[in-house]
Amino acid sequence: MTALELESVSRQFVTPDGGSYRALDNVSLAIPAGAFVAIVGPSGCGKSTLLNIAAGLVAPSSGSVRVDGNALSGLNRRATYMFQQDALLPWKNVRENVALGLILAGVAAADANARASEWLARVGLSAFAAHYPSQLSGGMRKRVTMAQNWILDRGMLLMDEPFSALDVHTRQRMETELLTLWESADDRGPERAALRGDTNIVARPFQGRDRAHRKTVIFVTHDLEEAIALADEVVVLSAGPASHVVARHAVALERPRDLFELRTSPAFIDLYRLLWAVLRDEVIKSQRDA
Amino acid sequence: MKSSRASATHSGAVLAWQIAVGALAIAAWQTLVTLGVLDAFFVSRPSDIARRLSTWVASGTLWGHLATTLEESLLGLTVGAALGISLGFGFARSPMVARVFDPYIKMLNAVPRVVLAPLFLLWFGLGIWSKVALAVTLVFFVMFFNTYQGVRDADKVLIDNVRMLGASERQLVRHVLVPSALTWIFSSLQTSLGFAMVGAVVGEYLGATRGLGYVIAQAEGTFDTTGVFAGMTVLGVVVVIVSAGVSRLERWLLRWKA
Repeated sequence: MTALELESVSRQFVTPDGGSYRALDNVSLAIPAGAFVAIVGPSGCGKSTLLNIAAGLVAPSSGSVRVDGNALSGLNRRATYMFQQDALLPWKNVRENVALGLILAGVAAADANARASEWLARVGLSAFAAHYPSQLSGGMRKRVTMAQNWILDRGMLLMDEPFSALDVHTRQRMETELLTLWESADDRGPERAALRGDTNIVARPFQGRDRAHRKTVIFVTHDLEEAIALADEVVVLSAGPASHVVARHAVALERPRDLFELRTSPAFIDLYRLLWAVLRDEVIKSQRDA
Repeated sequence: MKSSRASATHSGAVLAWQIAVGALAIAAWQTLVTLGVLDAFFVSRPSDIARRLSTWVASGTLWGHLATTLEESLLGLTVGAALGISLGFGFARSPMVARVFDPYIKMLNAVPRVVLAPLFLLWFGLGIWSKVALAVTLVFFVMFFNTYQGVRDADKVLIDNVRMLGASERQLVRHVLVPSALTWIFSSLQTSLGFAMVGAVVGEYLGATRGLGYVIAQAEGTFDTTGVFAGMTVLGVVVVIVSAGVSRLERWLLRWKA
C-alpha cells in the first residue's frame, strides 16, 4: 500500500522583492507504507518544502498529494513531524510535553500522564519527567521529542534534519535509538491490536518482521551517510531552484543495522560511492549559484 | 549546589556593598549640611528626615496614606493589565484591526499623562478613581505592547509542532500563544508596577485628600523640605520591597527558563 503519493507537485514562493521562486518542480514520489525513505539534496533544494507539503503545512502550487490513498486537504492527521529546531514547549515539563498530543486529543490527564511515563521509560528519561526542556542536553531534548511524536502512534513520521544540531557521537546514538524504536514497532503490533480489542492478531503466532506495523518514515537530511545508514531507500533531489527528483536508490543493507560498524562495511561504501556521484554534481551546482 | 552557594556568598557581598553605599551617601549628606556647605532649608538633613518618619509611624498617619497609594496602584495595575492584555491579544489575532488602530494607539501613548490628570480629576473626582485612571493609562500601554509582541513573536516552529500534534485553534491559543505572551507580560511586571505607582502618586500630587503624593504636595506647599524627603523615602522603600516581591513571583512563574 502507498502511504504517501506526490503527483507532479510544484511549489512557488513569492520573494520579498515581489518575484517568484520555484522551490519544487514537478516532483512525483510514491512511498510505500512502512518504508523508511531518506530524502537528500544540497542545502536550499526544497527538501523541507517537500516535507511541509507532505505534512499539509504548505499547500502545493500545483499537483496533488494523497495520504493512504485519500487526497490531502489541510494538515496531515496521519503524520507527526520532527522539526530541525527544538519544538518542545519550554513552559511545559518533560512529561507534559510528551503527553501533549494525547491531551490535545482529549485523553484524560491521568491516563495521558501514565502513558507519557511509559514512553519516558522507553527513551530512558524517567528521572527527568519533571525537568523543563531548558534543563536538558540537546540529545535528551531529541529523545523527548521522539517520545512526544511516537506516543500518538500515527502511521507516518516526517523528520526534517532532526539530528543535525547534535555533535557526531550523540547523533549516532540518536540514530540508533530511532532505528530501534522503528524496528521494535514489529513487536508492538500485536500488543497494540490487543489494546484495540482485536484478539485475532494476538492469537496469530510469530508476527515476524511485518512491515505493515512499522511507521512510514520520511527523513530529510543533507548528509548522505546518515541517509544510507538509516533508510530503505534514498531519494536524491536536485539543487534549487526548481528541485526535482534526480535519483532513487534502494538500500539493501540488512536490518537490524549496527550503525557503529555499518559505515565501514564494503556494501555501505559501494552504495555511498554510487549515490555520491549523483549528489556531488548537485552540490557543486548549488555552490556555484550561491 | 556548589554554584548556588557561590552565588549566595556573592549576593551577600553585593548586599553588604549596597548598604555601605547607602550609608556613605547619607553620612556625606548629613556632614555637608552640618558643616554648612549645604543649606538644611533646601535639602533638609537625614537626621531630621528620620525623626519625621518616626513621628509619622508613631502617630499612625503614615499607614493611611500608604494604604491609599498602594490601593490605587494595585487597582491601576489590575485594570490596566486586564485591558492591555485583552486588547493586545485581540489586536495580535486580527491584523486588520491592528493596522486600522495603529496610529491611534501611538497617538494616545504619546500624550503626556500629567496633561490628563486634571481631566481625570474633573471626570472622576478627588477620590481614588482619578488616580487609578492615571495609573491605568500608564500600565495599559506597557501591557498592551508586550502582549501584542508576545503573541506575534510566538515561535513559528512551536505553533507548527503543536498543530501537527493535533491542536485546534483554541488549543493553540491555550497551549502556545497565551504562555508565549505571558513570558513577555511577566517580564514587564516590574515596569508596570513602577508605572502604576507613578500614576497614583502623580495623581495624588495634583489633587487629592489622601496618599503619599498628597503628603509630599502638602509639605512642598509649606516649604517643608523634610516632609518632602520623608515622603520620597517612604516611596523609595516601598518600591524596593514590592519589586523584590515581584522578582520572586517572576522567578517562580518563569521557572522553566534556564
